Amino acid sequence: MSKKSKPTPKKELYRRALRDAVIKLNPRHLLRNPVMFIVEISSILLTVLWLLAVVGRPLENDPPAFIGAIAAWLWFTVLFANFAEALAEGRGKAQADALRRTRTETPAKKLRQPVRTAVYDTIPSTDLRQGDVVLVEAGDVIPADGEIIEGIAAVDESAVTGESAPVVRESGGDRSAVTGGTRLISDWLLVQITSNPGEGFLDRMISLVEGAKRQKTPNEIALTILLAGFTIIFLVVTATLLPFSLYSAQAAGQGQAVTVTALVALLVCLIPTTIGGLLNAIGIAGMDRLIQRNVLAMSGRAVEAAGDVDVLLLDKTGTITLGNRQAVEFIPVNGTPPKQLAELTQLASLADETPEGRSIVALAEKKFGVQANGRAAAAEFIPFSAQTRMSGINLNGEAIRKGAPDTIAAYVQAQGHTIPGEMETAVAQIARTGGTPLAVAHNGRAIGVVHLKDVVKPGIRERFGQLRQMGIKTVMITGDNPLTAAAIAVEAGVDDFLAEATPEAKLKLIREQQSKGYLVAMTGDGTNDAPALAQADVAVAMNSGTQPAREAANMVDLDSDPTKLIEIVEIGKQLLMTRGSLTTFSIANDVAKYFAIIPAAFAATYPALTVLNFMQLATPQSAILSAVIFNALIIMALVPLALRGVPYRPVPAAQLLRDNLLIYGLGGLLVPFVGIKLIDLLLVTLGLV
Amino acid sequence: MNGWLQITFYLLALLLLAWPLGLFMARVYQGERVWLVRWLRPLENGFYRLAGVNPEAEMGWRAYAAALLVFNGLGLLVVYLLQRLQGWLPLNPQGFTAVPTPLAFNTAVSFASNTNWQFYGGETTMSYFTQMVGLTVQNFLSAATGMAVLVALIRGLARQRVSAIGNFWVDLTHSVLYILLPLALLLALLLVSQGVVQTFLPPQTAVLLDPIFEGDEHITTQHIAVGPAASQIAIKQLGTNGGGFFNVNSAHPFENPTPLSNFLELLAILLIPAALCATFGEMVGDRRQGVALLAVMLIVFVGFLGTAVWAEQSGNPRLAALGIDQTASASQPGGNMEGKETRFGIANSALWATATTAASNGSVNSMHDSYTPLGGLAPLLLMQLGEVIFGGVGSGLYGLLAFAIVAVFVAGLMVGRTPEYLGKKIETFEMKMATLVILIPPLVVLLLTAVAVSLTAGQSGATNPGPHGFSQILYAFSSMGNNNGSAFAGINGSHPFYAYSGGLAMLLARYWLILPILAIAGSLAAKQKIPTGAGTLPTHTPLFVVWLIVIIIVVGALSFLPALALGPIVEQLSL
Repeated sequence: MSKKSKPTPKKELYRRALRDAVIKLNPRHLLRNPVMFIVEISSILLTVLWLLAVVGRPLENDPPAFIGAIAAWLWFTVLFANFAEALAEGRGKAQADALRRTRTETPAKKLRQPVRTAVYDTIPSTDLRQGDVVLVEAGDVIPADGEIIEGIAAVDESAVTGESAPVVRESGGDRSAVTGGTRLISDWLLVQITSNPGEGFLDRMISLVEGAKRQKTPNEIALTILLAGFTIIFLVVTATLLPFSLYSAQAAGQGQAVTVTALVALLVCLIPTTIGGLLNAIGIAGMDRLIQRNVLAMSGRAVEAAGDVDVLLLDKTGTITLGNRQAVEFIPVNGTPPKQLAELTQLASLADETPEGRSIVALAEKKFGVQANGRAAAAEFIPFSAQTRMSGINLNGEAIRKGAPDTIAAYVQAQGHTIPGEMETAVAQIARTGGTPLAVAHNGRAIGVVHLKDVVKPGIRERFGQLRQMGIKTVMITGDNPLTAAAIAVEAGVDDFLAEATPEAKLKLIREQQSKGYLVAMTGDGTNDAPALAQADVAVAMNSGTQPAREAANMVDLDSDPTKLIEIVEIGKQLLMTRGSLTTFSIANDVAKYFAIIPAAFAATYPALTVLNFMQLATPQSAILSAVIFNALIIMALVPLALRGVPYRPVPAAQLLRDNLLIYGLGGLLVPFVGIKLIDLLLVTLGLV
Repeated sequence: MNGWLQITFYLLALLLLAWPLGLFMARVYQGERVWLVRWLRPLENGFYRLAGVNPEAEMGWRAYAAALLVFNGLGLLVVYLLQRLQGWLPLNPQGFTAVPTPLAFNTAVSFASNTNWQFYGGETTMSYFTQMVGLTVQNFLSAATGMAVLVALIRGLARQRVSAIGNFWVDLTHSVLYILLPLALLLALLLVSQGVVQTFLPPQTAVLLDPIFEGDEHITTQHIAVGPAASQIAIKQLGTNGGGFFNVNSAHPFENPTPLSNFLELLAILLIPAALCATFGEMVGDRRQGVALLAVMLIVFVGFLGTAVWAEQSGNPRLAALGIDQTASASQPGGNMEGKETRFGIANSALWATATTAASNGSVNSMHDSYTPLGGLAPLLLMQLGEVIFGGVGSGLYGLLAFAIVAVFVAGLMVGRTPEYLGKKIETFEMKMATLVILIPPLVVLLLTAVAVSLTAGQSGATNPGPHGFSQILYAFSSMGNNNGSAFAGINGSHPFYAYSGGLAMLLARYWLILPILAIAGSLAAKQKIPTGAGTLPTHTPLFVVWLIVIIIVVGALSFLPALALGPIVEQLSL
């Protein structure tokens, strides 16, 4: 969807965000964000003070222009925060609009009986209910989410996945789910509807990308509580400063108390506006980053949990290995010349369309340059069957067979030959290294063994190394026997493996890890994966998978790429890091703001305090104004970081903390000193103060 | 130089004693039958039978809190009644009548809450009976309460998937019987050996060798207050209580006569708070965690101590301007000696001032009011940091753990994981409670100070004009609002306003911290422990120690910098 749909032009995105930023000034919207709500109240208060000063009834003797300027910048502070949020939402909204366009009401052929030949009524798709059975024929749009109960067909799912290549959907097995809004391009299907109107996958997707149903995640709530705590402290700090300063002015018998304008400015500078203003944007952008990678998270909670994952369960096939075994070596026995073995095996595999078969043809060609195509014209191919458990070829009276070693052994012995010891050695040797031996017989005589091997994806070992550094354990799930599994596990560099895995064993493994306190993530697509997916803390279903699998998971990968789990973990971590780093930055900023505002605010009561103005800000007013302007501008400056996220590197936690503390802690301490000074200089240069 | 040597010696002695004591306490709280426990076990079981308590029955956090509140409430009531009724009670040789209501209320709250703020002069207000049965007993029980809460919190961290956090009565009894009583007994004897008084005799009358005239009156005799002091002083120091037997506390020659008694009393201030770090590390099964927290306390402590000693030794620039020599030499201690005892000098006075405010002790051996502004700022800010640098017995460490939870939360987010402390996930509930713990003391201090400076009743308390008067009021509420009890000698608390508002501050600061802490304990105990790995934030490293210090200082400084600017800071700048 995101890959193919035309991106909304930047200008349009900004225009919309600007408009939304103003709409979001509605106090009822801001109430959810205590920090920005306080800023808005402050803006209103100062605007009133400014109006009173302008009409000549000032409550205090700050010049109207000064009060007005502070008020204006406080409004900007709120607007900037709203803008960040609106911008983050904007991209999702554009995508939702695109999705919605595909969702026009479609006619559905509702069958009276769930058989192909039954009579159907044409009704609008919105009248379909769970359990109805509809007929979908080539050219029809599938009216709602459902499970195929009969038929096989090619479906164009580009409306959902953005992939234009059609996919095959069929009843039974792991590819039986169809999504409402996708189009059938061949054949016909009987589909049992699994969702009521408005609750379908596409509906959920729209509300998810729009962020409409976005609920605060647990960590976000905890952080909001901390920020509210800081806000209350600073509210009391500034509110009590008024009586303190009145008392001081009275006790000192000199000077004036601090003005409300200065106090409000101090308040807004102290409360964590930077993180408070960007918090929502960070959350929305985090979800959006997932959507950019074609992953749909059913809840923000799942994204956050992804950052906490301790154990990744990865299916061997397709994730760790290229998916199929490949021939890597010919081992001749009984004195067969190697080239002849290659030639005969290639011949026997010509009609074998399995990836293993094709890899044998390729290996023979690569190693010995043999190309047996010509000879095969008159051949009779023997396909693999459950009875014989062998495949091969009959050619001019010659019979070539290949199959599992024990099958071939039985075949050879039945033909009156014996199995040479060297063959048994070779088979054992291959099995020991995790490979799969494939025995070959020529005219009833064993001639050699082909070494088939799982090929580990390039770069995957490094990836697992990084995960280990992040403290994440990888467990490989495979149906192979323990010996084979162990060999691949070593080659791929996973920490552990589950061999001869059954759905029950998977579920048990997840429960075991969870009882030890680990958070487990896994991917799956089959119906029998559903219990494990439901049990796992982070469960990513392949979009190509069955409806039960997609229901049980809390994320769906539209690209059906199991490797993506690793990216999902990184996005989860990045989300939390961005929040933590900007919180640190926000609080660290306060130190400099104190040094700008305190001497300025109390200069009228205790001139001695001007010593603290070591930034040498021009006047008390320019000092306060500079701090407020910096406070507003820093939000804008950090919008790109909030949307993009703090860069993530796979290093141990201790190192990550050190680096982020240096950048956002120390940086947060120093940057505002420079920023406030520069703004002050600018104000003076422009003659504004 | 000599002063720094003494301070170094003090810190070394403290650490050497605290560590084994802490490990011993861990074994006591874990119910192991160590030597002292073996001997006194029958006595302990006797108490339980008498009280009808089943020591095996553990409590959830709500039951634990309820037991604690009822027990402390009763203690408060008893102290109040003893003061009001002391005229009819025995051991009252001076024939004191009932303590006035506001003062009695303030004192009762003060001793129940381990604050031990004193608006009264001990030797001129309280009978021996009130001091012994009321105040000394509460000195033990309030300290034991703090330790019990800490132990409950530690259990919350150490256990998993249970709701029980221990039995309050057992923790209380263990604290008193096996830790506080033996230590207090030992210290009292040592103090008596140094000349601290311990007697039931009435005040002694001495004939003046050099009679004086006050107006027309010819004064020939002097009344010298005595009493059962040593027993109270021992626990006053050990239990971070601080309420002295005499009005001038440990500056009084009968409360703290010699350099050795001074050293022992100083050690006693920080001994248990420091030892509890070791107890913590031992009980959570990772001593490094205890070392890290102790390091946090020590580093901040030494920083403030250095400031105070330097400020006091530098003396008063106004005096220097008059050509008065304030440098230390063989013949004089130099520096600002106003309000300090010559037998203690600058280093031991500043060390005491720092220790007593770092820990929530509040006893004094010099008058903080007379410190230079900067020298007085150190104790003031130490209290405002929330009494977590050593802090009260138990309460200091549980306060620090609340800060640790906040530090872990922010740092945990920065490494991209739901934050964990010692394998326990820090989630919304813990953050709510930890935020309360951090929030309440500054709010109480700031709001009550604001009320005080706005009312005539409050303004009357300040005995100095200008910023120093403000410092006095701020100090009073910082002390009560953090359960310290240290007083800037200048404040005049005769107005009922201070008695009541102070009482309120002490109640809020004590129990509105204990409740959230116990709630955290309960919530953590129910959680599953998450095994640590490379992705977990380590909390025993120097980096985390520094981070925790930064969080404590930043929260404290950001809350109080504006107020301090109007008090000690402007005072210092105006010198």
